[in-house]
Amino acid sequence: MIDKTVAELSVALAAGDISSVELTQAYLDRIARYNDDLNAFITVCEESALDQAKAADLARANGDTSPLLGIPLAHKDIFCTKGITTTCGSRMLQNFVSPYDATVVERFSAAGTVMLGKTNMDEFAMGSSNETSFFGPVRNPWDLSRVPGGSSGGSAAAVAADLCAMATGTDTGGSIRQPAAFCGITGFKPSYGRVSRWGMIAFASSLDQAGSLSKSAEDAALMMNVMAGLDSKDSTSVDTEAVDYSATLNDSLEGLRIGIPKQHFAEGLSAEVESAIRTALLEYEKLGAKVKEISLPNNHLSVSAYYVVAPAEASANLSRYDGVRYGYRCENPVDLEDMYKRTRSEGFGDEVKRRIMVGTYALSAGFYDAYYRKAQKIRRLVKNDFTNAFKEVDVVIGPTSPHTAFELGANSDPVAMYLEDIYTIAVNLAGLPAISIPAGSANGLPIGMHIVAGDFEEAKLLNVAHQFQRQTDWHLSKPTTLGMGA
Amino acid sequence: MEWETVIGLEVHVQLSTHSKLFSGSATKFGAAPNTQANIYDLALPGTLPVLNKAALAMAVRFGVAIGAEISKRSVFDRKNYFYPDLPKGYQVSQLDYPIVGKGSLTVALEDGTEKVIGITRAHMEEDAGKSLHQEFPGMSGIDLNRAGTPLLEIVSEPDIRSAKEAVAYLKKLHAIIRYLDISDGNMAQGSMRCDANVSIRPVGTTEFGNRAEIKNINSFRFVEKAINYEIQRQQGVIEDGGRVVQETRLYDADKNETRSMRSKEVANDYRYFPEPDLLPIVIDDAFIDSIRAELPELPDAKKARFCREYGLSEYDAGVLVSTREMADYYEVVAKQSGDTKLAANWVTVELQGLLNKNNWEINDSPIQADRLATLISRIQDNTISGKLAKTVFETMIEDSAGVDAIIKEKGLQQVTDAGAIEKLVDEVIANNQAQVAQYRAGKEKVFGFFVGQAMKASKGKANPAQLNQLLKEKLK
Amino acid sequence: MALDKSEVEKVAHLARLHISDAEVEEVTNRITDILVLIDQMQSVDTDAVEPLAHPLDAVQRLRVDVVTETNLRDELQSLAPHSQDGFYLVPKVLE
Repeated sequence: MIDKTVAELSVALAAGDISSVELTQAYLDRIARYNDDLNAFITVCEESALDQAKAADLARANGDTSPLLGIPLAHKDIFCTKGITTTCGSRMLQNFVSPYDATVVERFSAAGTVMLGKTNMDEFAMGSSNETSFFGPVRNPWDLSRVPGGSSGGSAAAVAADLCAMATGTDTGGSIRQPAAFCGITGFKPSYGRVSRWGMIAFASSLDQAGSLSKSAEDAALMMNVMAGLDSKDSTSVDTEAVDYSATLNDSLEGLRIGIPKQHFAEGLSAEVESAIRTALLEYEKLGAKVKEISLPNNHLSVSAYYVVAPAEASANLSRYDGVRYGYRCENPVDLEDMYKRTRSEGFGDEVKRRIMVGTYALSAGFYDAYYRKAQKIRRLVKNDFTNAFKEVDVVIGPTSPHTAFELGANSDPVAMYLEDIYTIAVNLAGLPAISIPAGSANGLPIGMHIVAGDFEEAKLLNVAHQFQRQTDWHLSKPTTLGMGA
Repeated sequence: MEWETVIGLEVHVQLSTHSKLFSGSATKFGAAPNTQANIYDLALPGTLPVLNKAALAMAVRFGVAIGAEISKRSVFDRKNYFYPDLPKGYQVSQLDYPIVGKGSLTVALEDGTEKVIGITRAHMEEDAGKSLHQEFPGMSGIDLNRAGTPLLEIVSEPDIRSAKEAVAYLKKLHAIIRYLDISDGNMAQGSMRCDANVSIRPVGTTEFGNRAEIKNINSFRFVEKAINYEIQRQQGVIEDGGRVVQETRLYDADKNETRSMRSKEVANDYRYFPEPDLLPIVIDDAFIDSIRAELPELPDAKKARFCREYGLSEYDAGVLVSTREMADYYEVVAKQSGDTKLAANWVTVELQGLLNKNNWEINDSPIQADRLATLISRIQDNTISGKLAKTVFETMIEDSAGVDAIIKEKGLQQVTDAGAIEKLVDEVIANNQAQVAQYRAGKEKVFGFFVGQAMKASKGKANPAQLNQLLKEKLK
Repeated sequence: MALDKSEVEKVAHLARLHISDAEVEEVTNRITDILVLIDQMQSVDTDAVEPLAHPLDAVQRLRVDVVTETNLRDELQSLAPHSQDGFYLVPKVLE
């Protein structure tokens, strides 16, 4: 049962084929057995999960029919959870027990879901391989010597390895989509502003967006129905009409206009990924879609601009970690300066410090125009590229990552690591919704297909992804490790 | 050499909202430490700001009141620096797009002339917390109750030329924010704080000298003292062949001196950038117009009206409008007593003297406006003389009884009975024949002697007009 | 743009990070590499381009001025490394 999609589990729970307590216990057992291999969870909440499962079963007995009632999920450890340690993958918050719940957490609780625990991640979501976590790297369930991608690597690995039915994630430059691609699952990043950021620990405020990691686009729609919507506590949360993301999943794709950006099929893309994506496009043509080449002429500058904007915002967002009100403080500071510097140098890992340095430099006197302001202008150009593209096409499709999951330790050069996100980063700069869905495999490793839609076109995006998953079964293939597929 | 002083003031005004600029925490003064600091104020991970509408409206109200440009689109920025009382490690402020643009204030100088002081801008920002340095050995204690309280920072042009002008500007600003009811303006509690940029230059030159920014000035009196000290210091430095260093200096009121804040960053680099957790603030004409429509009458307009409607002198009107409370008090007295000039006299002389002596605000006055109006009416209707009215006034400070009751109890009613006065006059004439002879011989000065004698005999209660008239008739 | 060690130290101070003498060269090189990546932006003329600070074309919402928070000092201060008598304590701040 644990290998089922949320949609299937929802039916099974409603039919009484299984109780939430049984389901929860099954996941907890699997976590107990395999988390040491994967390191996907930082915190497991066995007791409270079973309490929530009991409550869900009771609610069901009393007539509650919420679709996600009793479904076990995991939250990325970037979401604040009241009374539960919230580390953000950092030594700085190793012992931080949040006094409040993130809006996303609150909404899933209100929907009757069961929280199994908190998943591992790159420290402060800064990374593309989950190797920057203070709590050690996460391993890819398809091949334990490989990375799961990042920064939502714990969530992606947990879903792929059936340690939970679904998980939340956050995506600042590709942090949901790239790990979803590497782990063979569905990773969905909504439009900026669609999901509240309240209680989601900030990395880069104008880029961060919460989303889902799940076994199908249909599940992503179910999760969106819970997560999305206006939150008065987040000034950047968007006030739009409520949408039922499940309602349009089966709309016909006849006449759908798909754009494939030539820049995403150029140098650097591995042959097997290119081949998988081109094959997938044929499926869409069978469904009546029309594919045409488009151009995103400034895409190559998106990584450069991103590595100014994101570190600049991060450098300020992470100033609050000063050892005064919560979190880590160094031992025996001799004076205030010493307290600040040692607290922050000991509490943050190398990648986080590097980005704080880059961001501080980019904002410092004399460099602001050349870096920060320039990056904002590039950001405009990148957004304009998409605006122009969406005049001609309905969605843009390409690879999520240039290649499949790489070996742990393979990318020791930060700049090489940054270029991992070459296809996903522009979407964050533009604030658009995008999804990665499994679309092939090479050497036993999954390949992700990246689909982007216009501002607030989430329903269209999920419809396009779901129709592909009705025709193909890439999203159903499972790793053969950890007792799966045997 | 003759020196000219150039001063620009940066005034921080705490806006009197109920809750903070970006959170729902209370802003009451004097609460126990850290009891008014919620998770946003403490910069807990994941918390976000939402702008307080009242703070925005107050900022616009100020801008409209001084005839300044109001920005239809303004933007918050982050100002980055580390300090324990700044929980986020940045202050949310406004740099390039402040809510209020150029405007001006007209201030009255001591010589009776007026001067227009330019206002460069006014912007919204959040206040920091407080650090206590004495209470804990080797440690500083941080109280974040004040962190996030809305401030309006009002920046003047370097148009001010003396410490007295600076004080006049501040007093005018203080009056306006109080009239607008956007701040209590209490300098002792820090709800109005002033930093002064002071430089000097040889008279006749137009270039600015290096300036010192003086911080921590928390009363009108200290503004004058701190600036005057700084002017002297800078003159001394230059006349000794030195150069004034551009720096931040702290005013020490106990020692009446300014001293360099060496421990403040050698070179601050605040790395401002647009605050991504907040969106641009966009307001429309309707919003601005609705605020304009609700503006109260401001000091200048009120002063003009007092001169026009009540026939007051510029000076008296100016004193009366210095605070909204004083002006309101005066209007009650003037209207109820019916004698606007006498009312102005009593409020500016007797009442003001009483307040000054006791260091009271007008709302603390034991003599309320309606009581003072009654007292003035009793002078008007000849119940008491102006002189005895002062005695009644003194009694009213301690005695909350009605004016008439006090007059009656003390037996201070004026004698207006013609028969009684005639009797007094006859007695005085009978007893002072020598003086009568002098008067009749043409020595008119002696008339005052008779008035004095008759008044004395009446214990000051005889109606002076009647007494004069009768004396004149009888001495003919 | 190349970066020298003294600039790295200045930036580290602004960011309140301690970089040991042993690390400074490595850090300088890494950051220089990142700046090379970033400098690719300079290849495009953006004189006529309006900066985009935020992906949302929306305006700030306003909050009604009411006090919604209660005193949670004891709970919140339990998170602090060092507090006493209701204050957060830090090594003495020198004026």
